[in-house]
Amino acid sequence: MNTLAALARVEAFAAEQAVALATVRHVHLAPHPLVLVPILLAGEAAAPLAALVGTDRADPQLLVVRQPRDRDQRFAFLADLARIVVGYIEGRRGETELVEATRNHEEWERHLDAPQLIVPNCGGIDALRLLGRSARFRSSQGPYPVDPLVPILGRYLTWFAEDRAPTAGSSVCLALTDVLGSHWATGQSALEDQHLAALLAWIVPQHFAPPDGRHLTGAQAAALTEDPARWPSAGPATDPEFDTEILSPLVTALQRAAGDPAAERRAEDGLRAALRDRLAPTWNLMWQGIDLLAGLPEAGHDSHRWMVDRGRFTDFARAIDEGAAPQPRREGAVAAAKRLADLESAQESYDKQRALDDPLILAGYRVTGEAFAGSVVAVDAERQDTTGRTPKPRPHVWLRTADPVVLRKGTKVACAQRPNQRPVIVDVKRDGEEYIVELELVDGMGRRAIPEEGSVPGAGEYRCYSTVLAAERFPPPPLPELAATPWTHGGPPAAYTPTGADHDEEWH
Amino acid sequence: MSASVSQRSAAERSAAARTVIERVTADLLSGLHRGVIVDSPPGAGKSTLVVELAKRLADTGEPVMIVAQTNEQVDDLVDRLAIAHGQADDPAAGEDRKGLTIGRLSASGYVPTERVVRHLGGPDSLDDCVTVAGKVADLGRPAVTVATAAKWARTGDADWPEGGWRWAILDEAYQMRSDGLLAIAPRFAAGTALFVGDPGQLDPFATIDGDRWAGSAWDPTDSAVAVVRAHNPDLPVHRLPYSWRLPASAAPLVCKAFYPFTPFEAGSGPQDRAMKVSDTGSASAGPASIAGYIDQVIDLASETGWALFELPARHTVRTDTEALEACARLAARLVRREAVVFDPAYAEGRMVSADRIAIGAAHRDQAAGIRAALDRHGADLSGVTVDTANRLQGREYDVCIVLHPLSGRRDATAFHLETGRLCVLLSRHRHACIVVARAGIPDLLDAHPHTDPVHIGVPVKFPDGWEAHQAVLAHLAEHRIPAPAIR
Amino acid sequence: MAATPPPNPAQNAARDPDVADRLAELRGPIPARHHDARTIAALTANPGCARRSVLDAAGVDKRALAERIGFGPRFGQSPFAISRGNAFEKLVKSDGGVTLLRLLCDELGLEVQEAAQNPDAKPALGDQWVDLGAGEREDRYRRTRDLVAASAREPGTGPVLADHPMLRLEVGGRAAYVEPDLVAFRARPRVPGTEVHAYGVTESAAEPAAPWRWYLAEIKSFAMIDGRADPVKVAEAATQSAVYVLAFQALLSGLGLPPGLVATDVVLVCPKDFSNAPTAALVDVRRQLAAVRRQLDRLPRIGTLLDGLDSGLSFDLSTDEDGEPLQGAAQLGKAVAAIEARYAPECISRCDMAFYCRDEARATGSTEVLGRSIRDALGGVAAMRDVLALSGREDCGSDAERGVRVEVDVDTDIDIDGAVNRDLDFAEAARLLSVARRARLEALAEAELRHREREAAA
Repeated sequence: MNTLAALARVEAFAAEQAVALATVRHVHLAPHPLVLVPILLAGEAAAPLAALVGTDRADPQLLVVRQPRDRDQRFAFLADLARIVVGYIEGRRGETELVEATRNHEEWERHLDAPQLIVPNCGGIDALRLLGRSARFRSSQGPYPVDPLVPILGRYLTWFAEDRAPTAGSSVCLALTDVLGSHWATGQSALEDQHLAALLAWIVPQHFAPPDGRHLTGAQAAALTEDPARWPSAGPATDPEFDTEILSPLVTALQRAAGDPAAERRAEDGLRAALRDRLAPTWNLMWQGIDLLAGLPEAGHDSHRWMVDRGRFTDFARAIDEGAAPQPRREGAVAAAKRLADLESAQESYDKQRALDDPLILAGYRVTGEAFAGSVVAVDAERQDTTGRTPKPRPHVWLRTADPVVLRKGTKVACAQRPNQRPVIVDVKRDGEEYIVELELVDGMGRRAIPEEGSVPGAGEYRCYSTVLAAERFPPPPLPELAATPWTHGGPPAAYTPTGADHDEEWH
Repeated sequence: MSASVSQRSAAERSAAARTVIERVTADLLSGLHRGVIVDSPPGAGKSTLVVELAKRLADTGEPVMIVAQTNEQVDDLVDRLAIAHGQADDPAAGEDRKGLTIGRLSASGYVPTERVVRHLGGPDSLDDCVTVAGKVADLGRPAVTVATAAKWARTGDADWPEGGWRWAILDEAYQMRSDGLLAIAPRFAAGTALFVGDPGQLDPFATIDGDRWAGSAWDPTDSAVAVVRAHNPDLPVHRLPYSWRLPASAAPLVCKAFYPFTPFEAGSGPQDRAMKVSDTGSASAGPASIAGYIDQVIDLASETGWALFELPARHTVRTDTEALEACARLAARLVRREAVVFDPAYAEGRMVSADRIAIGAAHRDQAAGIRAALDRHGADLSGVTVDTANRLQGREYDVCIVLHPLSGRRDATAFHLETGRLCVLLSRHRHACIVVARAGIPDLLDAHPHTDPVHIGVPVKFPDGWEAHQAVLAHLAEHRIPAPAIR
Repeated sequence: MAATPPPNPAQNAARDPDVADRLAELRGPIPARHHDARTIAALTANPGCARRSVLDAAGVDKRALAERIGFGPRFGQSPFAISRGNAFEKLVKSDGGVTLLRLLCDELGLEVQEAAQNPDAKPALGDQWVDLGAGEREDRYRRTRDLVAASAREPGTGPVLADHPMLRLEVGGRAAYVEPDLVAFRARPRVPGTEVHAYGVTESAAEPAAPWRWYLAEIKSFAMIDGRADPVKVAEAATQSAVYVLAFQALLSGLGLPPGLVATDVVLVCPKDFSNAPTAALVDVRRQLAAVRRQLDRLPRIGTLLDGLDSGLSFDLSTDEDGEPLQGAAQLGKAVAAIEARYAPECISRCDMAFYCRDEARATGSTEVLGRSIRDALGGVAAMRDVLALSGREDCGSDAERGVRVEVDVDTDIDIDGAVNRDLDFAEAARLLSVARRARLEALAEAELRHREREAAA
């Protein structure tokens, strides 16, 4: 939490209304995202109780498990969910574009679309992970056969939750509270922001106004959302009171009705109605949140990042077609190292892209000492380095800033106006309360002895230079093949062969 | 380890340290182990060990690769190797007994530093035992090849010697991330590796949350040594027993607070080291009372090796102006008062010049603030090192001034409590360490919530930061000079 | 490393008659609330909070107090979770310990002493399982102690596993009873040294064999999936287990036995993956043990907190014959407000008083509302209106505005001995916060500009 974002929270507290933390939308928003609100039974590892799911805000599908502790019913639920989710995914696989061959990759076809799954909070992503884990090793044969789509769903949910969701900049699987929280600051704590209703209350209090039309501030609206009867938790856990007062009697009624079809149907209808009531407020909030995001202008790097997502989707869907084995229980040494490199590099590019796309994000680095901003006060555009055979342009630029400059001499920085130009700080001098930073331009000026037109900032121009924008990415070093895993990391792992134990996992 | 320092002579201590080197050599050459681990407390002669072992392994006639973490460290090692073994052992033996040949593998754009250039054989060179190249093939099969971990990871296998390297030495292995080791290890997978490092310093870090791998034996965010040991629990582990850097006043505290399970002692006796300061120029740097306090702190540190300059309790921003200023003034006064240090190696005394003083802090903006404060006290202080704990790792000074990581904080975070950070800051000095802190840190520790998540299968790292901080504070309480209450 | 003997927590001080009297006075004429492992573990969650420390030391029922003043806590447990927990514990213990013993031996690599004597045939467990669950607490405690004493006298005899043992710990001068789920008698790691996870224990690997120890087991119903479990839940279990270990150490000390005889690795038994079958892991609780011990040691020092309180203060929750409270909500609220709290958002899930404290922090505009890390990022400034004033906003009704106006040139002219005052506190924070505000305003202006350009282009 940098001071700029912290101050924004204080301002939100004082104004009793959320304030912006971003000026553009840093996630991609698909035209038809699949919204999923999963609910798990308390006390169980991954026993689905219900889900509200769909791409149409007016027509969500409600899936309910009558007895979550019953194995068959769990997998019947997962099979239903699979038809919806896998069906949605297959629907994104229509048109493709041709990607030309590069040095490292031959020509290939990339899907023009990709799935986008939106859940309420990070607990929702964790629920996907657990459901994915419980489904991906299952088999349509053997002692506990399941619908053939269930293991496919398991692989996809695992991909959503464990592969894409943790990857910075990927928009394939989003937790709405995380996304909203990175675009708006509320006057409450990050912990309280995890309650979707409370978070939205700060941003759009008018949606929470009571029927009498009374005006509410964000803080007042957020206080209302603490009533779990009106604004139930967005899951995946239900409120203990709901479990005690509503769910438990309904489950008991269902058990009592066993054998009497009419009574059973009544009891089941009662359960479905109760769960629908419970999930409906969250469902509406999900779409309100999505609308809010849609109202923000798209970030400059949005289409690039979505293209990466589309590419990864194309690869994964093809692997599923080709019958890829389920993701292992735990990643091996080589896979883990490779993933770490991927995640770190994704984080670095996302940080850089957001700073380029959004002045408010860049401003945060001014507070942490990773950036400084001000006006150019002098320029020596003619300056050259004449030590080599041919003189090279090495203009110097002096910038006056009121930011406390803690960057060292020799540090490379860049600005959003010319991100590919990375000047070096050659001197920092104090001038009263301000600083004069002297920069030497070493690149981004064309190939001639004289800098290209417009490649040297002019006096009077306002610039914000940051190390984050100048960060250079080195490709990660090559890792050994799986079969060449060295002894330091346990040697080559045994090849994965699905065993009975995987799909016959004991269930009570 | 019951024999106290006073009972062992300097010669005996030296011999004990030699014994470790002999045992490590024996384990490596025995062919019984794929790897050997050497834990080295601060200043325990790790570089000496690496240089010595490189020579002994090279003497087998098979290629040796050395992995260091930074270019700085690589150049240091190259220089030390060249000076120690670059010349023939016995010049009289003539051409057939040449000195050690050393290859320095570098990335493009590397400009050899002065200490490498002097071994390249040009005019004014000391010798010509070093070759610098970007590719293994261009080095001409030296006995020893040195490069950073990043560079080694990018050497294509076409360049490797037949069957890979027989011997590998990995320096600062506790600071190396295990994914980095994975990238390098195939180069010596058929050979034997020596892992050398200080387990008490800062752990490597990742820029993303690595919880998903917590508890797995190959957690890529863990240190190289942790992962190697998890997979090879039987590798022999040796420990260097004496810190030649830390004075007798410091070794017991550093050992107790940071290495409670692996005791070590100071290599020097309590009488071997001394520090004296003159009284010149007093009271020139501000109001008399202040100079008095600063001087008192310096006097105490020179007498006992430790001093805690305790500023009045206050919750401050990270760049607490008074604390930064106090650090700078302490350094300035040390130079002005012409501190002189003594050791059997410089029995006549050695002036503590600016470049023998370091000021350490937790954060970069604090270091920058101290630097700015120092600049105001005179150009002659430009040689003082001011840096964060991360960058001070592996370095040594006569006197170290430390801005306590918890000074002025209201809540302690995992970052501030990290054991390795405090350990680095308190173990850089040969003679004295002065800590600057706001009063109230014990209360801060008392109030610290203990709700850290626990991952199954992840070994608990000991000592934990909270306890290490308690041990250090208890010790510093006896060396405390409180600044006047101001309000 | 030999375990250090447990101190006698809290014995001296809360027996300090003055302090004990004062605490009794605060509580009023109703019995003190009993501590259990959960409440003792909770002492480590926010030890800096004076309000909580005083209420806990006085044995005030915080939940009832919070309800009285209109801020009842909302955490409860789902009936599904409770029944699942009970069912799992019952299932784990249903076969007289066969499953548990298999877990200890096969999954944790422990060697149980009796099993070692009879390696081929698993001992008849019926005789080696004892249930200490029946009877009064004191009685159960005595039988637990006798069992431990007997087992120490004649190793290799008696039960292997004891169910429902009862232990005792002095907390603030009063005896608190704590009940671990299970004790495994005299086990040891099969491979010497393997139970110690800490780095640098190679020395112990050289020992011929690890010593026999007692192991405490804790049965939890959260799942361990592929060897992983929710780290927050594991941490809670570890701290609770540390309370048991501490109580067991006290028991051993009382018997004149070395406290090191109880393992500081506890056995955590959880459902495996998605099944009901149990699995187990060893959890090293040495850190939690140190934290609990330290908090218990600190309890006696409560006297200094009490010194600052008004003498008439009372949290008396008792009622008269008609069931009417003797003290009204307003009066109790005033008493609560008289002791300073240290609120943090995490309190909501951990402390009965949290909703009251949050309301108080909001009403006073304290930056505590936003959480610890945000407060730190704000330079530790306590009041929101000061933050705003220091950032350069005017008319926030803050004293801090004055601080900003005082022109302290903090960089060039610091006199460590004189010029430092509250203004300087503010001046430093002002510098930080004003950069933040300026950066924010400039960025918003630039964003507006970019936005207009985009619209013009479109």
